[in-house]
Amino acid sequence: MSLSAREARLGWGLLAPALAWTFAFFVLPFAAMVALSFARMEGRTIVPAADPGNYLRILTEPAMRGALVNSLEITLVVTLVSAVLAYPLAAIIAFRVPRRWQRLALLAAVLPFWTSYVVRSYAWLLVLGQNGIVNRLLTGLNIVAEPLEIASTRAATIIGFVHFFVMLLTLTIYASLVQLPPSYARAAADLGAGRWATFRHVILPLTLPGVVTGAFLTFVLCIGDYITPQILGGNTELTLPQLIMLQLGRSGNFPLASALSVVLMIVVSLAYAASARWLRLDRI
Amino acid sequence: MIATIRKTVLSAASAAALAAAAGPSGAQELNALVWCDHTDPALLEPFETAHGVKVNVKEYEGTAAGLTILGQSQPGDWDVLVIDAVDVGRAVDAGYLAEMPADALPTADFFPELVMAENNTRDGKTYAVTEKFGYNTIAFDKTKVDPADMEDMASLTSGKYDGRIGIYDYYLPVIGLVALGQGIATADITADTLPALAAPLAALRKSARQVSDVVSSQTALATGEVDIIFGGGEWLTAVLMADNPNLDWTIPKQGGLRWAQSIGVVAGSTRPDLALEFVKYIVSPEGQARLATSSCYWGMPANAKAGDHLTAEQKAVLRWDRQPEYLARAQLYPIPDAATDAAMQDMWTAMLNQ
Repeated sequence: MSLSAREARLGWGLLAPALAWTFAFFVLPFAAMVALSFARMEGRTIVPAADPGNYLRILTEPAMRGALVNSLEITLVVTLVSAVLAYPLAAIIAFRVPRRWQRLALLAAVLPFWTSYVVRSYAWLLVLGQNGIVNRLLTGLNIVAEPLEIASTRAATIIGFVHFFVMLLTLTIYASLVQLPPSYARAAADLGAGRWATFRHVILPLTLPGVVTGAFLTFVLCIGDYITPQILGGNTELTLPQLIMLQLGRSGNFPLASALSVVLMIVVSLAYAASARWLRLDRI
Repeated sequence: MIATIRKTVLSAASAAALAAAAGPSGAQELNALVWCDHTDPALLEPFETAHGVKVNVKEYEGTAAGLTILGQSQPGDWDVLVIDAVDVGRAVDAGYLAEMPADALPTADFFPELVMAENNTRDGKTYAVTEKFGYNTIAFDKTKVDPADMEDMASLTSGKYDGRIGIYDYYLPVIGLVALGQGIATADITADTLPALAAPLAALRKSARQVSDVVSSQTALATGEVDIIFGGGEWLTAVLMADNPNLDWTIPKQGGLRWAQSIGVVAGSTRPDLALEFVKYIVSPEGQARLATSSCYWGMPANAKAGDHLTAEQKAVLRWDRQPEYLARAQLYPIPDAATDAAMQDMWTAMLNQ
């Protein structure tokens, strides 16, 4: 069935505000950022150019490559750990918690979202510090003789991220689980499948879109964050967003910051391409 | 093209930020681009009451960020600028500061070292006036470390305090301090001398637990996460001393760095007279006392007459009586040219990721 010319015009008319918004607030700024990434600094002045020097710096300077690697390592670990922790939590809420209490359980799960991101990071710093709750417990129970160095390490950054993103993944996985008809599991059981086989061959494949959607959002939010590595990581290793902030706040080197941002966009785009097959953003 | 796009996008962002800061009132307002110590209501309230105006303050960190905001703003958007004293020249070169009448400013009452005419004036014209100063040295918990060790920078990399040191996350004072540790004056940090500082900076980083901004440094020292902050000083410990009197700071035998901030009227201000009045209030004895003890961080007032408005306890925290000795032993921040500045920042980035 083809649209009449009038319907097509109406369609474009209805689409126009969204297109204008996307053009003004995504396409134009992105084009400006890409153009700026090929400019160069002469002293403290930005000189328009078509110079790939900023990208060459990113590829060749160990500190810059290291920041990219750090970001990827942290993000992949956070995404994986968050998914592994979130799945059973979502399953418990979906299958074990009575229907009338599920909303309350979800509310409890997302409570950390209600506090300020910065305040939450500083709170974790106090929990994980030399004199924090964790170390006091461990030393008080004689599990360790000396307090562990947790704060100001990559482990602290990952813990802070996982605490936040488990909640996000729980929501997307829960949304997939509750849409699963109970008859599927019963049919699998009738055919002789045990619990593990039912989970592996029926439930997990059907809820994969929820897992991948949450994982993708976790990946995007985690790799673009600089607050948590700054506060919990103690600035002991640079991530890509921290490097971008250094260029903007300290150096005023907008071209290099733009090139780093373009690299960040490419990484996120690759993550999208890798997960596009399973992504169901409309389910959020 | 690039410059035009960048200017348009950032002008819009700047205008939006300014509109948000200005609030709905149409009353006479003054827009000030400042450091966090100027956001204390106790500092602003007397001026606002006396002049019947609202002072809108926007915080920024780092000269590059401040100059970028000014560069992307329209003339008249900003009236007052607070800036690192050593960077006043950069703002003057960029045309961001207006001349002020020197005879309207009480610099005769200042500590002589803080007049800083070489920084605040150009060709006999006054563009800024020093308002507050202090030291980047070594801050520590005197119950956790041997205070005698803190008198020698070398003790920090001796192995004795490995994992107990935090480094203040600002490349200029820390690299300056490292230079002093190597016997290089801050004024002598150039592209030629800078490479010699890479190894000592890396050694310091190896001994350190973290590299952190103001709040994280304060948190780390207050919670015992670290016992020493390299680059710290009274600005770090003063606000914590009421709760933890064991916090202390010293200028080691190699010397320390003196930080200083200046204030001036922004060129193109539509309220230059009011802006000048604000500057005069800030450098008046009362304004100086309030600024010295403002909630974000404390620091010595440039105007020595502020002492009449400070309590004995406040003066003790600020080490008022020891200023002649401290001023004699401290050097100014490095003032690198653009190329050396870029090289210093590259060295800092490499240190962070080592």
